[in-house]
Amino acid sequence: MMRGAAAAAEAFARRHRLRWWEALPWIAALAAFFVFPTYLSFGTQLLVTVLFALSLDLVLGYAGIVTLGHAAFFGAGAYTVGMLAAHAGWNEPLSGLAAAAAVAATIGFLSGLVLLRTHGLTLLMLTLCTMALLEQAANMGAAWTGGFDGIPGLKFQKILGLFEFDVLYFRTQYLYALAVLFACFVLVRTLVYSSFGQSLTGVRENVLRMHAVGAPVRTRLVVAYTISAALAGVAGGLFAQATGFVNLAVLGLDRSAGVMIMLILGGYGRLYGAFVGAVAFLLLEHVLAKAYPTAWQLGVGVLLVLVALYARNGILGLAEPLARRFAARRGGV
Amino acid sequence: MSGAIPILETRGLCKAFGALEVAREIDFRLERGARHALIGPNGAGKTTFVNLLTGVLAPSRGQVLLEGEDVTHLPQAKRVKRGIARTFQISQLFRGLTVLENVAIAVAERMGAGGAMLKPAGAHREVLDETIRLVEMLKLGDDAGRRIGELPYGRQRLVEIAIALGLAPRVLLLDEPAAGIPSAESHIILDAIASLPAEIAILIIEHDMDVVFRFAKRITVMVSGAVFAEGTPAEIAANRDVRAVYLGSALDG
Repeated sequence: MMRGAAAAAEAFARRHRLRWWEALPWIAALAAFFVFPTYLSFGTQLLVTVLFALSLDLVLGYAGIVTLGHAAFFGAGAYTVGMLAAHAGWNEPLSGLAAAAAVAATIGFLSGLVLLRTHGLTLLMLTLCTMALLEQAANMGAAWTGGFDGIPGLKFQKILGLFEFDVLYFRTQYLYALAVLFACFVLVRTLVYSSFGQSLTGVRENVLRMHAVGAPVRTRLVVAYTISAALAGVAGGLFAQATGFVNLAVLGLDRSAGVMIMLILGGYGRLYGAFVGAVAFLLLEHVLAKAYPTAWQLGVGVLLVLVALYARNGILGLAEPLARRFAARRGGV
Repeated sequence: MSGAIPILETRGLCKAFGALEVAREIDFRLERGARHALIGPNGAGKTTFVNLLTGVLAPSRGQVLLEGEDVTHLPQAKRVKRGIARTFQISQLFRGLTVLENVAIAVAERMGAGGAMLKPAGAHREVLDETIRLVEMLKLGDDAGRRIGELPYGRQRLVEIAIALGLAPRVLLLDEPAAGIPSAESHIILDAIASLPAEIAILIIEHDMDVVFRFAKRITVMVSGAVFAEGTPAEIAANRDVRAVYLGSALDG
């Protein structure tokens, strides 16, 4: 009896420790830099998308906030970087990302204060509306945002004054995006294994019970939503800096729904689901679009149906039983 | 006994949903360290009463006092901090999490660690030690690492109690703790309740008269949202009116 509880507590106390396979995504990302030097533009897009999906995982996967408006924050970050560079001459990259995070966090905090009083379908619709409002604002404020055409031809200073943006092969952008993703990942990983992260999981699993244990549920949700918005804003800012343009596509429903699909595909609430999902989705899109230029979305659709029917916890969810069996055998049970 | 300030008291507590009165002028006292049962037919307003005590519902009129202090307008979270904890008639657990994690969440909130963002949850040693103590106290040690969804319902009911105890309550409201458990297993719950610390005042809502008469030192009978009778188990058992409206039919059924 004693050993049972103590052993479980020991496992709980160890669960945040790094495991060997956690190095794999980063090794793979660095290897790709050397193996696919001509694909780094695509690779940069991939890294930005992973960061965006990771930010969504914090609210959707951990806190259980179902949102279809997460591109609002990606877009806010992208437009912040774009407008600062185009109109204010503020084109230092790192401070640009900080500004993107700040603006997105502010929007996340203010909208979260109102939105997170609701849940379910009402919440879903309100997140969608928030994004639509921003999209319209970006469309109509043409003097600042370039309206439908957006802001092309953005130029940025060297990163840290050392590394020049590489418009042809995206070498700098790729490593820059990888470094930013890594920093953000460390933050998210720290959060989800903390007591705060544990309480978000509690809200997702049973909000009634969370109230009954005296947790300040709405405060926790608003804080998580704000942090998530900031990270999505960084992803958007990174996108604008890497590609050198901003247009309305950064904050549409396509982007919101797309990132949600990626997360479900990879496995939400699993930290690495964002990596697996974004890579699987974008690779599939890339390959299918080449083979079947007109009907590639059909392939994505079929895959989603299969995931919804047979793999509710996504690709990572499929791998988990195998990993557990492997661990049990190694442990010699 | 009547001279001392009770740990929990209500005065003229009323709650109406439109024309439907679900709580009517309830005057109720829960003494320190009490073992008190609340009984009544289905729909008598017992769970509503618990919701009024915990702050899930706001009363239309009347007061709730904790140790003589008015807490009528305090939200649920604040009342939990002051020491009112409850279990649910239908288990409200974190199904995807382990038994240990379920209890640890409650303990972390009580100890003020629930919002800590940078330190890993498992590194709060004081939270973990208290969690282990509670899990073992309820004899859940063997299941500590298992997810709630994998546990039989009877074990889940014990987790309900462990979570409530994790809040270090002074008042514990048990809403049908043995509901939904096969009668062959209900003794596990009863034993657990019987061994709870004596200083916690316990109000138990229960349908099973064996449980009520074994456990309670005092019984309140509710009918149609109002207190119908109150007394010692012997008094209640001897009360003809109670037998007529409730015990008779329950014992026959």
